[in-house]
Amino acid sequence: MTPQSYFMVIAPVDLSRESSLRELLASMNHREGVVNPNNDVIPFGRFERLHFARLVLLKDQTRGDLGVIGAPQAELPVYLAFLCDFDGPLDSFMSELAGQCEAGLRRLFSHCQGFSNGTHLARWMKQHNQRSATAYVNWIGRTMRQVREEDALRQSLESYIDGNQASLSRLAPTEARRELVSFVKREREAGRVVLTEPDATPLSWRVSNAIHLLGVPIVLLLLTPFLLLYLPIFVIQLRRRERSDAEIAPRPDPDHAANLARLEDHFVSNQFSAMGSLKPGLFRRWTLSFILWVIDYTTRYIFNRGHLARVNTIHFARWVFLDNKQRLLFASNYDGGLDSYMDDFINKVGWGLNLVFSNGIGYPKTNWLILDGAKDEQKFKYFIRRHELPTEVWYDAHPGLTTVNLERNTLIREGLERSSMSEGEARDWLRLF
Amino acid sequence: MKHSKIDFKDVQGLVRYGYGRLPESCFLLLEIISPRAARDWLKTLDVADAEELSTPPDFALQVAFTHSGLRKIGLSSEIADQFSQEFKTGIYEESRSKRLGDVGENAPREWQWGGDSDNTPHLMLMLYSVKGGLEARKNATVDGLSSAGLALRGCLTSADFGGVEPFGFKDGISQPTVDWDGKRKLDGRDELEYGNLVALGEFLLGHRNEYGKYTDRPLLDLANDPRGILAEAEDKPGKKDFAFNGTYLVFRQLQQHVGRFWKFLDDQVGGDRSERQRLAELMVGRKMGGEALAVKSSSPIPGIDSDKRDANQFTFSSDPDGTRCPFGAHVRRANPRNADLPDGTRGLLSKLIRTLGFGGKGFRGDLISSVRFHRILRRGVEYGEPLPVNDAIKNGGNEIGERGLHFICLNANISRQFEFIQGAWLSSTKFDGMTEESDPIIGNREAVSECPFTNSFSIPQEAGLRRRISGIPAFITVRGGSYFFLPGIRALRYLSSLETD
Repeated sequence: MTPQSYFMVIAPVDLSRESSLRELLASMNHREGVVNPNNDVIPFGRFERLHFARLVLLKDQTRGDLGVIGAPQAELPVYLAFLCDFDGPLDSFMSELAGQCEAGLRRLFSHCQGFSNGTHLARWMKQHNQRSATAYVNWIGRTMRQVREEDALRQSLESYIDGNQASLSRLAPTEARRELVSFVKREREAGRVVLTEPDATPLSWRVSNAIHLLGVPIVLLLLTPFLLLYLPIFVIQLRRRERSDAEIAPRPDPDHAANLARLEDHFVSNQFSAMGSLKPGLFRRWTLSFILWVIDYTTRYIFNRGHLARVNTIHFARWVFLDNKQRLLFASNYDGGLDSYMDDFINKVGWGLNLVFSNGIGYPKTNWLILDGAKDEQKFKYFIRRHELPTEVWYDAHPGLTTVNLERNTLIREGLERSSMSEGEARDWLRLF
Repeated sequence: MKHSKIDFKDVQGLVRYGYGRLPESCFLLLEIISPRAARDWLKTLDVADAEELSTPPDFALQVAFTHSGLRKIGLSSEIADQFSQEFKTGIYEESRSKRLGDVGENAPREWQWGGDSDNTPHLMLMLYSVKGGLEARKNATVDGLSSAGLALRGCLTSADFGGVEPFGFKDGISQPTVDWDGKRKLDGRDELEYGNLVALGEFLLGHRNEYGKYTDRPLLDLANDPRGILAEAEDKPGKKDFAFNGTYLVFRQLQQHVGRFWKFLDDQVGGDRSERQRLAELMVGRKMGGEALAVKSSSPIPGIDSDKRDANQFTFSSDPDGTRCPFGAHVRRANPRNADLPDGTRGLLSKLIRTLGFGGKGFRGDLISSVRFHRILRRGVEYGEPLPVNDAIKNGGNEIGERGLHFICLNANISRQFEFIQGAWLSSTKFDGMTEESDPIIGNREAVSECPFTNSFSIPQEAGLRRRISGIPAFITVRGGSYFFLPGIRALRYLSSLETD
């Protein structure tokens, strides 16, 4: 199994060159919201391990909210963020990228403060790689190669079934499956279908994962007495804040909303980038750090097979602290339109959104950290839209496939490779087409 | 009692009644030339309310405004700006068209009306009459337009198909039951069973919706209502509620290619009559007479009247493999009839497991959003001449004239209700884990990125392997449409009393 990795290279933009940067970013797209995979700055399509990539200017439009709640507003930079999700280790991918797109990347990062002609590109990128507090991968171990092979497999099987509908429908499920298995065998022999065996899971990954898997519960266990002692105080602190924290969720500016809408719904999947400031003070900062640490654990070991709690439309997502935890960035790649994504969120994981985002300034009022909040549907949607940032460049290596399509394709392949099946199992497998 | 009982005298009749007893109807699309004259005319207009009458009326008149119409008649921008974004930008806005499937031949630029701001009417008069009465009413209304400062920009005349839509299926069978009396507990808790009784606030503004909240709408200061015409907002004391007892009306003129529909099906089954009908029924998801394909539930479903039980007392949990009603069938897409948590949720532990996303059955276990947030009241009427199936096939699928549906629906939140159903469920090529197909009846068959085709329809079979129909042409073409606001009676009086130029 090849685990997925990611990076987010982030650096403050030289604001005197912002418009030139925007032009450069726009040049990477065919048109607004539709990237050219072969653009000459970063030809994403050339990188077979790459799932998703984006370039986004982190220009926070909601910093003024600090003033609304009477908190001091420190001047924070506008960043350029470059995010990639890919198969295999970080170092080799970054070197490959820096090697193949050196000129383009240099042009791009020359718009950032502290980057000059003499800067060593790969080293600079590594230095500016910002870790996520939480990262989510829909299906850990599913590589782009697997995605491509399995989709080709399904399509080939679907057309075979279309062409032989009458004869196949007369067969018992196991016999029909046998027919399909031998069809695929013939196709593989003819080289028309390729199904590569997964690579061995890297030892270093297994070791570090095992340490993490056990380490976090041990740390939690050790902390438990203290956490329990602190709990009553936490509740009092929380409730006091929940009663008085200000909601800032006016309707988003129509122009801002229109800008975002222009970038959306060009494919069956969409990008989402949003940022906001944490409520001032240590309480929210520590609460959020703790929560994201726990969620990160669950995304590694529990929610790594097709769904994050009840949400099954996210391919990759991450939560990243910025500016010494003054701000949080959320970036995701998801299926469907934003309105339905938000509806899904509210109705399926409103409690989870509340846990995280209620630590941000202006979030709709929560109770007991998980109740209400997002359930104030319209305010929540306004809050989300208002904090959303236009994602200038977005690349999706499989723009026609949803997470559910990918899962279905994987289930087809797994069923194909099983040595035997009962009639019932075979019938269920045949229903995947 | 939590709610004041609804004042039906303040609600336009269409919200409560489909006017089935007034089978002749037409919709006049109007432009306001003189706002002052139009306001005077509005004062005298006899708009039917929703109060039950002892004798059924022989005529009913309704009036709905577009956003530009409200502005033109004199509503201040300060008030009008508070309407929802989708109402303000209109149905033809580009990103919206992508989601609604209004692309290719269905693109707004191809529409006969409503496709851009120039072709969007200011208001629509809806005339409903008993048989034989419409012509005179219509003529009288049209004659009075010029003195009312109005100009006729279009007239959409409906036809009485006798409760059957142009393809020949019984129509309008399933409707949400409006919770007029506030029986629903709207405390934000998950509903574990599908119900058909839906919060009043989903269909009328100014009332609590399924979230127990009040949908955003124009509220004004007392000073802006000096005559005290408008009601006070239930949720914001000290504010007047312009939209109280009003709602949004979505209008789409959908041409139905009846000849193409039956000819295609006939070719698929080699001319076998009963097979042809069977295939059509699988695509629609109901029998032509309206009976459900899924098995009737043993226990009653809240909000389904006893007389509708045969046609409507069912959910799809009895058909998890789609072998009775295909997953992609029109009615299954339009209302998947699920609850807030996946089927079989019982007890605290089971609830917790499902809340964390486990315990569902197969990859389809928990894909569809809960339907109670996505319901609409349908008030559509057919238009054109009926075309019998045999005639449709005889002419090789070619047909003379245009027929179809004046699709009309009412909802308090266009983006969460109409647009969601149309975009995420009907038009989506990825609905319920499927791919390469959109709604078999109303889908546009346009290719989407990296999907080789979207014109197939899968019919799950008992034996396991699906049967798949391919190469389905589009059976619907969108000819026009607009987002309207259907004000309450008090709001109409408020509009007519405005004093601007």
